[in-house]
Amino acid sequence: MNFEFSEDQKLVQKTARDYLAEHSGLGVCRAVLESSKPYDSGLWKGAAEMGWLGAAVPEQFGGAGLGYLELVLIAEEIGRALAPIPFSSSVYLATEALLLAGSEPQKKKYLPRLCSGELIGTFAFAEGASDLLDPGFVSTRFDAGRLSGEKVPVADGDIAGLGVVLAKDAKGAPCLALVDLGGSGITRTTLESFDPSRSQARLRFEGATAEPLGDAGKGFQIFERVLDRAAVMMAFEQLGGAQRALEVTREFTMNRYAFGRPVASFQALKHRMAEVYCALELGRSNAYYGAWALSSSAEELPVAAAGARVAACDASSLSAEEMIQLHGGVGFTWEYDCHLYYRRAKLLGLALGSAAEWREKLIRRLESRDAA
Amino acid sequence: MDFNDTPEEAAFRARARGWLEKNAEPLDPSKVAPNEMGEREDAATIRRCKAWQAKKADAGWACITWPKEYGGQDATPMQRVIFNQEEAKFRVPPNIYAIGHGMLGPTIMAHGSPEQKKRYLPSMLRGEEVWCQLFSEPAAGSDLAGLRTSAVKEGTDWLLNGQKIWSTGAHFCDWGMIVTRTDPSAAKHAGLTYFIVDMHSRGIEVRPIKQINGASGFNEVFFSNVRVPDSNRLGAVGDGWRVALTTLMNERVAIGAGTGSGRFKDLLRLAKQTRRNGRPAIEDSAVRQKLADFYVRSKGLQYTGYRTLSALSRGQIPGPEGSIGKAVGAPLGQQMAAFAVELQGALGAVADKELAPQEALWQEAYLSAPGLRIAGGTDEILKNIIAERVLRLPPEIRVDKEKPFRDIPSGNITK
Ligand SMILES: Cc1cc2nc3c(=O)[nH]c(=O)nc-3n(C[C@H](O)[C@H](O)[C@H](O)COP(=O)(O)OP(=O)(O)OC[C@H]3O[C@@H](n4cnc5c(N)ncnc54)[C@H](O)[C@@H]3O)c2cc1C
Repeated sequence: MNFEFSEDQKLVQKTARDYLAEHSGLGVCRAVLESSKPYDSGLWKGAAEMGWLGAAVPEQFGGAGLGYLELVLIAEEIGRALAPIPFSSSVYLATEALLLAGSEPQKKKYLPRLCSGELIGTFAFAEGASDLLDPGFVSTRFDAGRLSGEKVPVADGDIAGLGVVLAKDAKGAPCLALVDLGGSGITRTTLESFDPSRSQARLRFEGATAEPLGDAGKGFQIFERVLDRAAVMMAFEQLGGAQRALEVTREFTMNRYAFGRPVASFQALKHRMAEVYCALELGRSNAYYGAWALSSSAEELPVAAAGARVAACDASSLSAEEMIQLHGGVGFTWEYDCHLYYRRAKLLGLALGSAAEWREKLIRRLESRDAA
Repeated sequence: MDFNDTPEEAAFRARARGWLEKNAEPLDPSKVAPNEMGEREDAATIRRCKAWQAKKADAGWACITWPKEYGGQDATPMQRVIFNQEEAKFRVPPNIYAIGHGMLGPTIMAHGSPEQKKRYLPSMLRGEEVWCQLFSEPAAGSDLAGLRTSAVKEGTDWLLNGQKIWSTGAHFCDWGMIVTRTDPSAAKHAGLTYFIVDMHSRGIEVRPIKQINGASGFNEVFFSNVRVPDSNRLGAVGDGWRVALTTLMNERVAIGAGTGSGRFKDLLRLAKQTRRNGRPAIEDSAVRQKLADFYVRSKGLQYTGYRTLSALSRGQIPGPEGSIGKAVGAPLGQQMAAFAVELQGALGAVADKELAPQEALWQEAYLSAPGLRIAGGTDEILKNIIAERVLRLPPEIRVDKEKPFRDIPSGNITK
C-alpha cells in the first residue's frame, strides 16, 4: 500500500499551481463575478494549452494520456485559484460521459475538440429542485432523435457547445442524449448565479436534434457513474479552495490586532482554525481514497466517491463560513475576497447534488455492498 | 498511489494470518467484536496477556518494528499495521502493553544508554515485565511541566518524594517511567529529570482509583523516600522535558490509532435491529444521514492514518499532524456511542449485558469515551497543538515560563 502521490504527479500539480498563480489571481475571478462575462476565455485557452482539459483522455482522442491521479491534482489547483472556467462541466462531466459511454465515432468526433478547449461540454441533468437519487424527476423526452423538455439549472449551459442530456425515451426509460447546444430548437437563458464567477443556465429543448449516448435503458446508471467520477474530481477542487481559504484566514488573523495581540492568538480562534484543519484532512484522506478507486477502476468507487463528496462538502462549507467570521466586518464586504470562497464553496457543494443526497447514496451503497 | 497490498505485503499478510490461525481463535465477523475496554484487569486476565505476548515473542511476532537485538524483527511500520489488522480478526487478550510498547520503549530507544536498552527492552518486548507511565500529578496534567514530585541526589542514588496520579496499570506493573523535579530554582521546563523506577521499590504505594465506568484502570501512586540508582536516569539531569516529549509524541500517535471510531459496522448492525417511527431505524432518513456522517469521519481518520504510514515508510518522522487522530477520534467515539444508546430508546439506559443490544457494548463505550477525550492530552490541548505546531498560530501566552519554578503561583484546587 502506498497512499501518496508520486513525485511526478506532484510536479504536475506544482506546474498547475505556478501557472494559475500567474494567470488566475483572484482578480480574474472577480472580473468575471462583477461583469456579465460568463467565464474567462483567455484562461480557458491557457488550460487547454497546458493539456489539462484532456489530462486523463487517451492520446488517440487528443488527450495528454496522463491519468486521474494527475487530473485530480490539477482540479485541486483549479479550486485553489477559484478559476472562473467551466472546467468541472466540460472535463469531469461531459468528457467523462463520452469516455464512459461514447461510441468510437462519438469519441473521435468530440473528445479531441473537448481536449483542445474549442468545444465546451456540460451535463444537463437537473429539472428544478430535483432529487437526483431517483430517475423520477426526469421528464425531458428523447424520442426519434428529438429532444423536448426543460433542464434547469445547467452549469455553464449558456456557454457550452455540447450537451449531455439525461432524458426519458418513448418507453419512459432513462437515457442519455448528445446534443449540439448551438443547434435549432434550443433556447438558452442565463440565470442569476449564486456564484456569478461560474455561470448557470436554463435550457429549453423543443424538438432539438440529438443523438443517443450509451446503451438504451442504461441512462440512469451511466448518469450515476459519471456523477461518481465527477464527485471525486470535484472533491479535490472543493478542497483546493477550502485549503486556500484557511491559509488566507490564517494570514489575516496573524496580522489583525485587537486587545494588543494578533487575533490569531485568541484560543477561540485557534481552535476554530484547528477544526477547519481537521475537517480538511478528513476531506483530503477521503478524496485520496476516491482518487485511488477512480484511477484503478476499483469496485469500491461508488462508496469511495460518496465518501469523498460528503467529506469535501463538509470541509469546504466549514472553511468558507469560518473565513468570513474570522475576518470580522471586512469579511462581510464585497471588496474583500471572502465571499468569493463562500460562494464557490456552496456552488460546487450543490453542483452534483447536495451533501445530504450523497450521504443517502453512501448508506444505500454500504447496504448493497453488505448484502452482496 | 495504491491501496492494495504489494506482493511482498500480501505475502507478509499471509504469513501473519497463517501463524494467527494456528495460535488463536478467529472472530466471527458477523458478530460484535469483543469490547476490550470493558475487560477488567484481574490477575487471570494479566496472566492471559503475558502468555499471549510470550507466544508472539517466541514466534517473532512481538514488537516487530523493534531492532533484532532487542527481540524485534526490524520490520517496517507497514508490516506492523498489517500484523495488527490481522491480529484484530482473532480473539486475543486485551493489550496491557500499549503504554510500554507504544511510548516507553521508543523513549528508551531514543534516550537510553546501551546498558539500559539491553536490560529493559527485551523483557518489555516479551511482556515479562509490564510498564506504566508516571507523568501526571494532582496539580500537573495538561500543564505537565508544572509537576512537583522531587528527586534529590544522595550519593549514587536519587530519593523520590511526591505523588503521581491517573497512572494506568500501575497496580500490576513492574516498572514505571517517571518525570521528577530535580531543580526547583530553575525555570519550569529546565528543572526536570526522567527516571526508570522499579514499581516494587520500598516507599511506593499504589492505590487504585475507581473510574466512572466502574473499572479501576488507573491509580494514585505515592512516593516516600523511594531510592532510584543514578544508573536508572534516562537522559541528562535537567533534560527530562525533552525526554518526556518523546513519550508524549508517541502517545498521541498510539492513542489516536486506537480510539473507538472503528465500530461503524456494529453501529450499522444496531440500526438494522432497532426501530424508529414504526420501522427499522436504518430506514429513517435522519438515522441514515447521521450514519453517513460517522462513516465518512471514521474512514477519514483511517485513511489519514494510512497517509501518515506512507510518509513513515518513506522515512519521515511522525509530526504534530498525528494529533488529528485523537483530536477527531476521541469525540467521534463518544458521539457514536451516544447515538447508539439513543437508538435503543428507553432500553438505552439499561446496561445489563443480557438485555441491552450488542452485550451493552454502547453503554460501556459511552461511559468510557470521556476518558479518551482526556487521557494523553485533552481535546483542548490537542487543538492547541494543531493550531500552534501545524498551523503555526501564536502560542498561548505564558506567565510562568521564565520564572524559577518555586516562585510560580498555584491554585488551591488539587486532586
Ligand atoms: C483514562 C485515563 C488514563 C490516564 N492514564 C495516564 C497515565 O497512564 N499516566 C499519566 O501520567 N497520566 C494519565 N492520565 C492523565 C491525563 O494525561 C490527564 O488527565 C490529562 O493530561 C489532563 O490533565 P488534568 O486531569 O490535570 O486536567 P487539567 O489539565 O486540570 O484540565 C482541566 C480542563 O482545563 C482544560 N485546559 C487545561 N489547560 C488548558 C489550556 N492551555 N488551554 C485550554 N484548555 C486547557 C482541559 O482541556 C480540561 O478541560 C490519564 C487520564 C485518563 C482520563
